[in-house]
Amino acid sequence: MRLIKTIGEWLDARLQIGATITETAEHRIPRETASWFYVFGSAAFVVFMLQIVTGILLAFIYVPSAGEAWNSLQTLNHQVSLGWFIRALHGWGSDFMVAIVLIHMVQVFLFGAYKYPRELTWIVGVFLLLVTLGMAFTGQVLRFDQDAYWGLGIGASIASRVPAMGPFIVNLMLGGPIIAGATLSRFFALHVFIVPGLLIAFVSVHLLMVIKLGINEWPMPGRLVRKATYIKEYHELVKKDGMRFFPDGMGKDLLFDGFILLSIAACAIYYGPFGPSGPPNPTIIQTVPKPDFFFLWLYAVLSFLPPSMETPALLIGPVVVILGLLFLPFAFGEGEKSWRRRPVAVLTILLVAVALGTFTHLAEHTPWSPVMDAWSGIPIPSEFLHNRTALERQGALVFQVKQCHNCHALDNQGGKRGPALDAVAVRLTQDQLIRQVIQGGGNMPAYGKNLSPAETTALVAFLETLHPAGQSPARNASQTIVQSSGAAAPGSGHP
Amino acid sequence: MTLPTDLGRRDLFMKIGIFLNGIVGVILVVPIVRYLLSPVAHERKGSYDSWVSLGNLGQFPSGQTRLATYRNPTVSPTDGDTANIACWVRNVDGQNFQVFAINCAHLGCPVRWFPQSSLFMCPCHGGVYYQDGARASGPPERGLFEYQYKVANGNLLIKSGEMPTPGQASNIVREIRPCA
Repeated sequence: MRLIKTIGEWLDARLQIGATITETAEHRIPRETASWFYVFGSAAFVVFMLQIVTGILLAFIYVPSAGEAWNSLQTLNHQVSLGWFIRALHGWGSDFMVAIVLIHMVQVFLFGAYKYPRELTWIVGVFLLLVTLGMAFTGQVLRFDQDAYWGLGIGASIASRVPAMGPFIVNLMLGGPIIAGATLSRFFALHVFIVPGLLIAFVSVHLLMVIKLGINEWPMPGRLVRKATYIKEYHELVKKDGMRFFPDGMGKDLLFDGFILLSIAACAIYYGPFGPSGPPNPTIIQTVPKPDFFFLWLYAVLSFLPPSMETPALLIGPVVVILGLLFLPFAFGEGEKSWRRRPVAVLTILLVAVALGTFTHLAEHTPWSPVMDAWSGIPIPSEFLHNRTALERQGALVFQVKQCHNCHALDNQGGKRGPALDAVAVRLTQDQLIRQVIQGGGNMPAYGKNLSPAETTALVAFLETLHPAGQSPARNASQTIVQSSGAAAPGSGHP
Repeated sequence: MTLPTDLGRRDLFMKIGIFLNGIVGVILVVPIVRYLLSPVAHERKGSYDSWVSLGNLGQFPSGQTRLATYRNPTVSPTDGDTANIACWVRNVDGQNFQVFAINCAHLGCPVRWFPQSSLFMCPCHGGVYYQDGARASGPPERGLFEYQYKVANGNLLIKSGEMPTPGQASNIVREIRPCA
């Protein structure tokens, strides 16, 4: 013990760092902030440490070459002992990190911590969010599989829409004319050098400001922030009802960090590593590319935007959101901190959460995508074929063979791109069905050129049987009148 | 021990030092920027695209649409399989062809051909195209990207080399169909 103390004193006499460490660790915090609501920042930091360690470990084996990366992931998964576990830790760590950063941001927003004098802490935090998402995207690229390949294609397609500069940005992003060796190499440089470098720099500034300015006090309804008086009030609060961060206020942080690391390890063991999916060979086109969890909402948004809105929304939307976040502390730098008196803030969070959750949920089911093998893989349920005429059954065959099932569901089976057809005969008359099939429209291709008259007749006959048992199919009221009054055949009629 | 007369000399050293480092900075920055911009620096339009063969015409029967693959004209040793590119070849009538990029005109996912319904469908966001590449439905703003082609010595050649994307398509892919 005495030896350690002697060594410590010898080192500190030369490093002169002990006082700074003590001062930092024992900086005073308001007593109520030793709360379960204040643990997310340190948890994000701890997960980032895990990402650094596991990332370096993966770099021992991973080969950042378009021709070899996928094979090296297979080696990690199957040959290196516990390579799969390190990959799984890194993958799950990334999901946890994004989630914790988002939760941290919500907590900071709702507790008004971005207000004076912590505006810059918030701004650096916004950059930290962007950099974290940058790590998630570039990391997904390094898992160089089919999803990564086509994900890059989507990124390039979005970047290409920038006016005038688009094609140059695409070439710079890909490192050449196509997604290939140079692309992976530069994303490797981004993921392991450039973006983490920014992340470390931003985290350092962020933490420095937390220590220098003090952690945000627990917001009390009615205790307003005023620039003239805040700092004095904060110092009085910390003096009157404060304690040291270490060792008094750190317990919950430590417990939560341990719990998070344990959760990541549990997910890694139980669910295993992410992919890789098929090899990054662009001639294998039997693939349904999908982004990782935290980009699913964007995938959904991209399918719902009308074509004319897409480019403006993609290029202007992110700028507006980022600028909004950056200007938030300047617009609302003073006043009420407590979420109990900030209904708009609470509603904003709820709205964003519900929107992102809904889009993510939709992207897990992709109702906008045709089910590519429904026509050959999902049969028409037998109740739709029972007691049908030969013509109607022939129409059911046309329904399958012409891939109608890829976009239209029957009995909840098949594509959801178009409307389900279980009761289509109630909605459309025979003439309307024929017109819809031949001409398309309402986001449906026209089948006029691809269906013979006989096929159309059979298909429409089948579609006309699709109505609930007690409900009669739609009828053109004038048709019966015309048919009964004009019983005399055309041509033989009146002068 | 420093003498007061040194001050002028130190000041001079400081100024020359700043000037020298400024020059060094410029000397370093220019090559670094040039290096970073290399994917767009040399006359890219000419260098990326060139004629590549998709193989013998016999592979593409009249009236049918078939998948063809080729090795991208610009490759580097580390490209692996990523430099193998697919495209759809439509033999319209034995004389005229259409060669479509595999990339959906929406966001670049690989479109699949369904001969039964004569449609191209995209698995990502549900873009659908007719057999002549025209947009049928879904989010794409335009039809499929089409390569310029020619027939030489019984082989079908296309002018390719750069991945088509919505913003640049007009630069590299001809909208006007070439005469056969």
